[in-house]
Amino acid sequence: MDMNWIAIGDINDIPLRGARCVKTPQGKIAVFRTSDNEVFAIEDHCPHKGGPLSQGIVHAKAVTCPLHNWVISLETGKALGADQGEVRTIRVRNEDGTLSIARESLMMAAE
Amino acid sequence: MTQKLVVIGNGMAPGRMLEHLLEQAPGLYDVTIFNAEPRVNYDRIMLSPVLSGEKTYEQIVIHGDGWYIEHGITLYKGHRIVSIDRTRKIVTSDHGVTESYDKLVIATGSVPFIIPVSGKDLPGVITYRDLDDVQAMLLAAQSREKAIVIGGGLLGLEAAAGLASRGMDVTVLHVMPSLMERQLDPAAGYLLQKAVEERGIKVICKANTKAIIGDGKVEGIELDNGTIIPATLVVMAVGIRPNAGLAKEAGLAVNRGIVVDAGMQTSDGDILALGECAEVGGMVYGLVAPLYEMARIAASHLAGDRTPAFVHSDTPTKLKVTGINLFSLGDFAEGDDREEIVLRDATAGVYKRLVLRDNRIIGTVLYGETADGAWFNDLKKKATDVSEMRETLIFGQAYQGASTLDPTAAVAALPDDAEICGCNGVCKGKITGAITGKGLTSLDDVRAHTKASASCGSCTGLVEQLMTITLGDAYNPAAVQPMCTCTDLGHDDVRRLIKAKGLKTIPAVMQELEWKTSCGCAKCRPALNYYLVCDWPDEYADDYQSRFINERVHANIQKDGTYSVVPRMWGGVTNSGELRAIADVVDKFEIPMVKVTGGQRIDLLGIEKEDLPGVWADLGKAGFISGQAYAKGLRTVKTCVGSDWCRFGTQDSTGLGIRIEKFMWGSWTPAKLKLAVSGCPRNCAEATCKDIGIICVDSGFEVHFAGAAGLDIKGTEVLGLVKTEDEALQYIVALTQMYREQGRYLERIYKWAKRIGLDEIRRQIMGDADKRQAYYERFVFSQKYAQVDPWSERVSGKDKHEFRPMATVGYSEAAE
Ligand code: SRM
Ligand SMILES: Cc1cc2nc3c(=O)[nH]c(=O)nc-3n(C[C@H](O)[C@H](O)[C@H](O)COP(=O)(O)OP(=O)(O)OC[C@H]3O[C@@H](n4cnc5c(N)ncnc54)[C@H](O)[C@@H]3O)c2cc1C
Ligand code: SF4
Ligand code: FES
Repeated sequence: MDMNWIAIGDINDIPLRGARCVKTPQGKIAVFRTSDNEVFAIEDHCPHKGGPLSQGIVHAKAVTCPLHNWVISLETGKALGADQGEVRTIRVRNEDGTLSIARESLMMAAE
Repeated sequence: MTQKLVVIGNGMAPGRMLEHLLEQAPGLYDVTIFNAEPRVNYDRIMLSPVLSGEKTYEQIVIHGDGWYIEHGITLYKGHRIVSIDRTRKIVTSDHGVTESYDKLVIATGSVPFIIPVSGKDLPGVITYRDLDDVQAMLLAAQSREKAIVIGGGLLGLEAAAGLASRGMDVTVLHVMPSLMERQLDPAAGYLLQKAVEERGIKVICKANTKAIIGDGKVEGIELDNGTIIPATLVVMAVGIRPNAGLAKEAGLAVNRGIVVDAGMQTSDGDILALGECAEVGGMVYGLVAPLYEMARIAASHLAGDRTPAFVHSDTPTKLKVTGINLFSLGDFAEGDDREEIVLRDATAGVYKRLVLRDNRIIGTVLYGETADGAWFNDLKKKATDVSEMRETLIFGQAYQGASTLDPTAAVAALPDDAEICGCNGVCKGKITGAITGKGLTSLDDVRAHTKASASCGSCTGLVEQLMTITLGDAYNPAAVQPMCTCTDLGHDDVRRLIKAKGLKTIPAVMQELEWKTSCGCAKCRPALNYYLVCDWPDEYADDYQSRFINERVHANIQKDGTYSVVPRMWGGVTNSGELRAIADVVDKFEIPMVKVTGGQRIDLLGIEKEDLPGVWADLGKAGFISGQAYAKGLRTVKTCVGSDWCRFGTQDSTGLGIRIEKFMWGSWTPAKLKLAVSGCPRNCAEATCKDIGIICVDSGFEVHFAGAAGLDIKGTEVLGLVKTEDEALQYIVALTQMYREQGRYLERIYKWAKRIGLDEIRRQIMGDADKRQAYYERFVFSQKYAQVDPWSERVSGKDKHEFRPMATVGYSEAAE
């Protein structure tokens, strides 16, 4: 077992252009699957007022927050357009469909 | 004294002539028009977009009925002139109307050529010339069967593309070895054939039709090599002939067309001819640009100024099939005295060829990339010596002089007299002059004042660039507000195209309507999802990933990420059993807040997402279904106690409200839809500020609509009074369906009604029983698929993933 990665499930557990969350002691992580089958993970907490980003609409490599429609880049975690703000991104690995997140991301979250 | 002007034919050429004449010499003539087609003057060029569904007939009308009234012109629609008595100066129509003239204008256009094979008269064989032909094709296309188009020229290919986009299986038969051989060389013809075939259209070149076969109606075509191709529709688009028979019978000089001099005068001094029926300088024409030139000259002569004379000029050809760009101009045959410059880019599907003689352009063929067409046209027209720029000429204008990638730079660099609109012969200076001189700010204004881009529309891009250059930021190109930044199309266009092109998935819409992003955004996807649900209730698979969270999980998200749950309480009526079940659910899931809503029902707030299926399971056992308090769909039907209890009640408002809610629940609408039924005009259910409301009165039910009491406050409008409950239900349902089919996503009913017009809605729902019934039936049909309780679906396992975390990690690690 690779000590640096924590398995979280299979890519097919996430709908295309959708998201699921992973619960951690430090809060929820939102894991996204884009229409091109790319996978991204970010904290499930909108930089605006904490909206659950995992519940938003996924388009290209971005998600629109369900509460007040901020658009957050899944690649950088930064708010796009005129809004200012940033959410932490989490490294996620995709090995033939098996997804894992980097253990260090939990440590960092704990800091 | 006013003289009498009679015009035979009401096509594009005389229409334009009259515009010039009214401007140049208003009041000089008393004008009467006879038109064999039973309609006003419309843009014949745009029939293909009507066929494909990109435009409607109303959008291509040039002069509406009001125009004739305004100018005091008498228009006999559906009157064919059958004789001209030149001695008495009288014309007679097939309905026996006679009219005398001082001046007569013959503008009878062309007749389509019909190849003389057996079977040519069978029902199902049509030509492509006017709106009736388009309607016949649309009718045939409903069968989704096979069609054959004979003729691979401009008209044939436009017909084929239109029929294919309407769902027919189309084969094009062309006698020559390559398509559009009169305008394109074989290389461009090949690229065109590929592009046509990519649209699912079969193309057979060198195909000689031997006979059209069929017993009583068309069944297919036999080629001279014996091949038989089945079809239920045959469109003949093999060419046109000037329609000069009438003139010939009247004894006018007729050659191929009606012979006219450079002032459009026929062999009779009081008779002019123009348009496709006229032959000038030995030439007949089939594109509007030279016809409009004839119109200008004829008008001037009628107005008394006899100086202008018609001069021949080449007109570029463009094909109006969305997604195929081609441009052809002038002479491109090979010859010893000619040189050519060719550019090919196979991957991009681009082919360009310039034919030069004595260092001057005499012919141009552009395929795939046609932006430089206007520039090449200008060089050709002015016979510019191109030897200086020969090396880079083919790369286009942007490569001449200082290279720049700005797309508007090329247009900016064009000289003022460069022709921008080929159809109407409008040059750049005239457009920019009108924009600044008349303070024009929209494309429609520019079209109205200069005619540029008002005919075939293929120069619209250039005109818009000119507006950008002239007006800078003051120009907002979107005359229609696009849906979002993913497309330039507005909601109405998208809705229409979804129907016209039979688009049934979000990817199909994005592909066919050329979306600019790979998978849309949070603005367009929910809208498209609604349009598809509404238009194809039985076929479309709802895309949950394109719904906002509330509609995806069937509960309302709250500021802290928890959800609220509102079960339906039909008409606001409940009972002890229901209340007990709610109380039990509240206790079991420790729901922190219970509130009576403004919609006469109970809201349970602060529920964790993972608990939702459990809450719904318990509510479901007590008979509750979702109240859809989250939906762009039917929300509540508020009622008052009505005649059962109230001393003023005139009808059973509670019962009717419940009946309506049970009939309509589950339906999706452009925006939320709230109803109310009040038992008398005291209006305790607040029906007169709802999307749809009913006020019960002694004589029946007053149906109201288009009220608002949210961001805007607005009393309702009265739709009409009906006598029975059954009627009230039917009218409300029909109104809702009309709104469902026409509303833009997120547009509440009061905004839609303002846009469409209250009278139009009353006319369709109150005044037109067939329409009303059809709307009603379409609603009932879609309810078969919509009335599924989303909560019980989820309780039985649908979308399980939505309500559970994917994984729970880190707890053991943290403990280490
Ligand atoms: C619960 C309720 C307030 C209450 O406690 O009474 C309510 C709650 C909300 N309303 Fe409302 N509205 C409620 C009755 C109304 C009414 C009164 C009525 O229906 O008779 C109106 C005015 C009538 C109207 O719709 O025009 C009303 C006009 C609005 C508006 C303004 C809509 C507009 O087009 O002007 C919004 C905002 C929107 O939809 O964009 C809104 C939006 C909302 C939202 C959905 C805000 C949001 O997006 O989260 C609230 C959801 C809270 C929740 O999770 O339940 N609510 N809202 C009422 C639920 C009724 C029901 O049983 O379904
Ligand atoms: C589908 C299609 C696509 C086209 N695309 C293009 C294009 O992209 N670019 C371009 O430049 N051109 C195009 N054209 C050609 C263009 O439409 C014609 O050149 C133009 O409309 C001819 O105008 P007109 O006034 O001469 O005749 P028409 O517009 O044909 O009008 C003639 C009218 O006279 C009426 N009439 C005939 N006989 C009588 C009679 N005896 N009494 C009373 N009325 C009579 C007819 O009913 C008809 O309405 C297209 C044509 C078609 C059919
Ligand atoms: S009025 Fe409606 S939208 Fe505003 S806070 Fe109250 S419930 Fe929310
Ligand atoms: S909390 Fe995400 S936009 Fe407001």
